[in-house]
Amino acid sequence: MGLLRAVLRHPSGRIGAAIILLFLVVAALGAIGLTPHDPLKQYVIDRLKPPSGTYWFGTDLLGRDTFSRLMLGIGESFLVAFASVAVAATAGTVIGLFAAWWGHLWDGILMRIMDVLLAFPAILLALLIVAIEGPGVATSITAIGIVYTPIFARVVRAPALALKGREFVEAARTFGSSQPYILSRHLLLNLVAPLTVQITLALAWALLTESGLSFLGLGTQPPAPSLGVMLAESKSMMTRAPWLMVFPGLTIMLAILGFNLFGDALRDILDPRTQERPA
Amino acid sequence: MTPLLSVKDLHVGFGRDPKANEVVKGVSFDLAAGETLAIVGESGSGKSVTALSINRLVDFGGGRITGGRITLQRGDGSMLDVTKADESALVRVRGSDIGMIFQEPMTSLNPVHTVGAQIEEAFKLNRGLTGSAATRAAKEALERVRIPDSAQRLKYYPHQLSGGMRQRVMIAMVIASNPRLLIADEPTTALDVTVQAQIMALLAELRGELGMSMIFITHDIGLVAGIADQIMVMQNGVAVEQGALDAVLDNPQHDYTRHLLKAVPHFNGGRAVRSDGSRVAGAAPVVRVDNLVVRFPAAKGLFARAAGAVHAVDGVSFDLVPGETLAIVGESGSGKSTTARAILGLVGTTRGRIDRASGRSPRPVQMVFQDPFASLNPRLNVESLLAEPAIAAGQRRDAKLRERMAFLLARVGLPDDALTRFPHQFSGGQRQRLCIARALMLNPEVVVLDEAVSALDVSVQARVLDLLIDLQREFGLAYLFISHDMAVVERIAHRIAVMYAGQLVEIGTAASVLSDPQHSYTKRLIAAVPAIERRKQVFTVDATQVPSLVRPKGYEPQPSRWREAGPDHRVRLETV
Repeated sequence: MGLLRAVLRHPSGRIGAAIILLFLVVAALGAIGLTPHDPLKQYVIDRLKPPSGTYWFGTDLLGRDTFSRLMLGIGESFLVAFASVAVAATAGTVIGLFAAWWGHLWDGILMRIMDVLLAFPAILLALLIVAIEGPGVATSITAIGIVYTPIFARVVRAPALALKGREFVEAARTFGSSQPYILSRHLLLNLVAPLTVQITLALAWALLTESGLSFLGLGTQPPAPSLGVMLAESKSMMTRAPWLMVFPGLTIMLAILGFNLFGDALRDILDPRTQERPA
Repeated sequence: MTPLLSVKDLHVGFGRDPKANEVVKGVSFDLAAGETLAIVGESGSGKSVTALSINRLVDFGGGRITGGRITLQRGDGSMLDVTKADESALVRVRGSDIGMIFQEPMTSLNPVHTVGAQIEEAFKLNRGLTGSAATRAAKEALERVRIPDSAQRLKYYPHQLSGGMRQRVMIAMVIASNPRLLIADEPTTALDVTVQAQIMALLAELRGELGMSMIFITHDIGLVAGIADQIMVMQNGVAVEQGALDAVLDNPQHDYTRHLLKAVPHFNGGRAVRSDGSRVAGAAPVVRVDNLVVRFPAAKGLFARAAGAVHAVDGVSFDLVPGETLAIVGESGSGKSTTARAILGLVGTTRGRIDRASGRSPRPVQMVFQDPFASLNPRLNVESLLAEPAIAAGQRRDAKLRERMAFLLARVGLPDDALTRFPHQFSGGQRQRLCIARALMLNPEVVVLDEAVSALDVSVQARVLDLLIDLQREFGLAYLFISHDMAVVERIAHRIAVMYAGQLVEIGTAASVLSDPQHSYTKRLIAAVPAIERRKQVFTVDATQVPSLVRPKGYEPQPSRWREAGPDHRVRLETV
């Protein structure tokens, strides 16, 4: 694929892609059970062992292997992050596009609803939705998806409004082009760059929000590990077993860095005007 | 006597390796006090970079002076090599010795401060005036640039002033420091032709009053003819010809100068109109506009009802027959673009009829826009761009359609491999050819050309005009050619309609309207056209403004009365 090759030629894209690929491989291995130890099995003798040759990232209070649990947890957290961003990006783009295109009353109604949602802090709104629906993976996806929809709606609406007034859209009207054609070819296609940037940023935020929900016990349910669940379990032993907190925390940080680097590279490549001179 | 400014072998480069990416390659000139130098060239010739190097503003655009010397005689008689001066010295030079005005006055003025505050600031910084003394000085400066009601205008914000007024405010700010040198970078390019004439006359008068030197940068060799003492023609970073104005204009030595002088559309007062394809009596029109009225509601406040309406087009009637070019001329805000958009159905009509022939094409009227960079979607390749009108008309993207694309691309003079390329890979002229090809995809009867050549360099402009004339003959097209440039109109139009403040004031054959204008506005418009031949003529500053088009609710204009000024030449009677 040409696009992937272009990302790999991009210096920061290469690093970002490597980080994301690493996490995806790790998550895949975890999902098919190729972990060094059984992530749920409790090695009672080896409780709270620091990192060693046997237990690479140490063990927790119940004697479970942190590395194996991390492999599963990355998969769990990524699943929720990707799914919720897909929900948010789709819903937000549709709402933003139509608000800009129809204008006037529809613009007012749709964007005021988005403003109301945006007025709540992200984690509070997610908590509210989970509290209504009950905890679980599916509800976290819905909740995080709804929480980030207004941001996508805004990110799409402003440039869509500008594009709507551009001469090439006016030219399309003189040809009698259909609304779906104008919306997809002239508006959406020109929104690819801001959308990719937003998607990568949102992936990072969604990962954080998912961790937060799980940390509070409202996302992924123990004993299934997610990055947030692991952080929550580590907090009482922060001083005795710092590795329990450090490794999930580093994982979250590294994942966010990876998404951001990848997104920057994508933006440079997808914009045809910067194609000849990658930064 | 030492010159005010002496530039020796100037080299300016850009990017990481300025020596390798030189934009100005060894330019030298001397400028004596009180003299005016015009730097003429097309886009990319390095004329602006040369000028920006003189006050080292080029540094902020990423440029580096890689060689040469710029010696400026300062106010106290000391000599300063600008290329070696440090930033603090440069700030003083820019403030007090060298003033600069730019092309777009709206972006040069701060929109959140009144023009009075901005002029006062210039006086504070450069002359140390404060309080009422600064206000008085600002008022005098506005009077000096011939702005009426100066005390009132001080309280205006930039958006409340017209383009010409804003440029005058910029000039007022610059002369606040009483500079010894004024650099004007295309100061009238964004302005209407009559306003351009006003600004040029103002600059010429101020130069005499203040005794300053000027460097005038322009792409229009005809414009500087009336103001310059010396002229320097630039191409690809090199001065190909420089010398006294009359010598260069009357006896050009370099091929490029000759080419520029030839390419500039000369306005000949109706003697150079087209002789082909004149109107056949009784031909059925393809577009007939009858008493067209377009109004936009002008609301006051957020929830208030419309307090009045902008009368953008008021009672315009004309018809267009196959194979003919009707040019609509007028200034910005005269309603010429709105008329075109109404014919295409892009704006709703308030009253009146527009009849379009329903002949050979599903979409008989197509349009080419002014800015070829804005009217092509940057993310679609040429094939998708050209296919769009056909897809909109229900055709499929098949071999037959590709054949038509290839035919039209070849016809407008673009290479075959263009289909897979993207708009940014083409130059401005090529993009405009692309837009023309796209407009012809559905074999229309009428093409509306809205300032279609205004954004192009003069030599490109001439070739696109030739192409348009060829296409018109070949396909029997009718053109509705909207323009403010009388010289261009003279080359392409068969008939001319003059619009002023939303109304048609004169319509007739090109030859009769241009050679024998009847309406006072048409006369003013034609008198303002800059021309090399008219360089000895002295213009007076005329501050007439276009009246406001916002009318109270229920306002109806007086019914127009017309008189015949000749065969196919009608003039609206002027109310005194």
